[in-house]
Amino acid sequence: MHETPILRVRNLEKQFGQGCPDCKDKESRSLEKNYCSACGTVYAVRDVSFDLFPGEVLGIVGESGSGKSTMLQGLYFDAEITGGEVYIDHPAVLDKNVLELSSQQKRYIRNYLYGMVYQNPVHGLKMKFSSVGNIAEKMIAAGGRNVSSIEARSKTLLEKVHIPLRRMKEEPRNFSGGMQQRVQIAKALSNNPPILFLDEVTTGLDLSVQASVLDLIKQIQRDLHISMIVVSHDLAVIRMLADRSIVMLNGTIIEKGLTDQILEDPQHEYTQQLVYSLL
Amino acid sequence: MKTKTHFAFFDEGSKKEIRRATLKAVAIPGYQVPFASREMPIARGWGTGGLQLTLSLIGKNDVLKVIDQGADESVNAVSIKKLVQHTTGVPLTESTTDATIIQSRHRIPELPLKSDQILVLQVPNPEPLRKVDAREYMTKRMHAEDDYSGAWLILFEQIMRYGKMTTGAAHPVYVNGRYVMAPSPIPRFDNPKMHQSEALILLGAGREKKIYAVPPYTNVESLGFEDYPFTVESFEGEQCHLCGATEVFLDELIDPDSCERTYQCNDTSHCIERLNSKEAEEVEKSYA
Repeated sequence: MHETPILRVRNLEKQFGQGCPDCKDKESRSLEKNYCSACGTVYAVRDVSFDLFPGEVLGIVGESGSGKSTMLQGLYFDAEITGGEVYIDHPAVLDKNVLELSSQQKRYIRNYLYGMVYQNPVHGLKMKFSSVGNIAEKMIAAGGRNVSSIEARSKTLLEKVHIPLRRMKEEPRNFSGGMQQRVQIAKALSNNPPILFLDEVTTGLDLSVQASVLDLIKQIQRDLHISMIVVSHDLAVIRMLADRSIVMLNGTIIEKGLTDQILEDPQHEYTQQLVYSLL
Repeated sequence: MKTKTHFAFFDEGSKKEIRRATLKAVAIPGYQVPFASREMPIARGWGTGGLQLTLSLIGKNDVLKVIDQGADESVNAVSIKKLVQHTTGVPLTESTTDATIIQSRHRIPELPLKSDQILVLQVPNPEPLRKVDAREYMTKRMHAEDDYSGAWLILFEQIMRYGKMTTGAAHPVYVNGRYVMAPSPIPRFDNPKMHQSEALILLGAGREKKIYAVPPYTNVESLGFEDYPFTVESFEGEQCHLCGATEVFLDELIDPDSCERTYQCNDTSHCIERLNSKEAEEVEKSYA
């Protein structure tokens, strides 16, 4: 049986800088890690291609600076992508490279098809608005104009992420990091997006909170059958969440496959080093 | 030595620049057009935006009315009137019907305006999305992309906190179904008057250096949710203690000694006109 991927990423490129004759040509250039030593241009994402299938969790691992977050920001339209194609299996944007759509259409995709949980809740939440307002924002953006139904949905989500309802009108800036992260997850889920991006969601949280956030993500994925891309440098997180994984180094994919396989029998030299540095 | 000022205070170049911005504003209803706000003899934030619009528009045949919070005689209104008259010599009026240009702070007159009149509103905060993002380049982008979830979110927050929309003034409106605009700090009561108005409405923010407009016969729709629709202030059961008017915006006055509440027309010239016509009627009756 062949499933159609919900998200197809092809030859994604992201560079910072103009490039020079030394590094313009993909085949012949020699980079130092991911930058050109002649002109300083950084090739943050190089020729990255992968598929995301409905309901699966795809893990992306790599050291800091490997381009995993940059790629995610590019997919979520937070940062402009230099080249490549992204296709979403959805009637509204079928067979269209979504990177080339107008900013209004991109916003449609962000509001209706995507959910994003940032590493730092400051980026995903409005700290001066109430938690329920933060969740409402996404529903309003997607055309919700009925206060009671927005409120009811927000309450359901807040309960799901274990935020006591008596605190729903409080601003997230009064919350602990873990709570903020959970509000962010509730917000990302508010429109039942088919695709959810998680960028280092548990980094900086203490272990017990980490566990509960991970539990929550796992549970949501099972209940709602959402496709997720989980970016993390933490192999334990990837092991717990991801069915398939991609290992990135210096902006390129060096290894991909089933998570178990990668963790138990890493092929690439860097992946081996990564796996064996696990304490 | 006292030099004679140019007609309407400004040099012609300044007027031209402001008129050009005004024309653009009329062409794109509700869009905030940046302009080079001039240094004025009154402080920024005291109506310089409205004043600059008035001075760029006014001609020798115009009749000017200036109101501040509904009153023709308050200090700010009088100073602005004096400045304009001093530099142009145009006649002043307190009657809404006689005026061709009405500069106003915080109110749209009770009497419906006509197509040969221009209403100039002074605006302190032209950006309805400023609360959502402090950065101008971000709010500009939101306007460009028709992304008004922030404006709705502000209203949603009010409903969550207080059970209703609590905009005392400047309740945001959709202009011509496209741009969301802050209609100057007029009370919600005056928002419906902008809808399909016969008169041209110009809004000027001197400190924020923006001009925007609602051209005549333009749709102006106040933001409201399905289950929490937009409503105007209600003065049900109350009337003006001077002229007895009911369907008008009333000021609530509390007597500090007796703590008694009385209501009075906010639009003073409208109130006086009603009183005068009542008196005329009574005089006529007593003659008969």
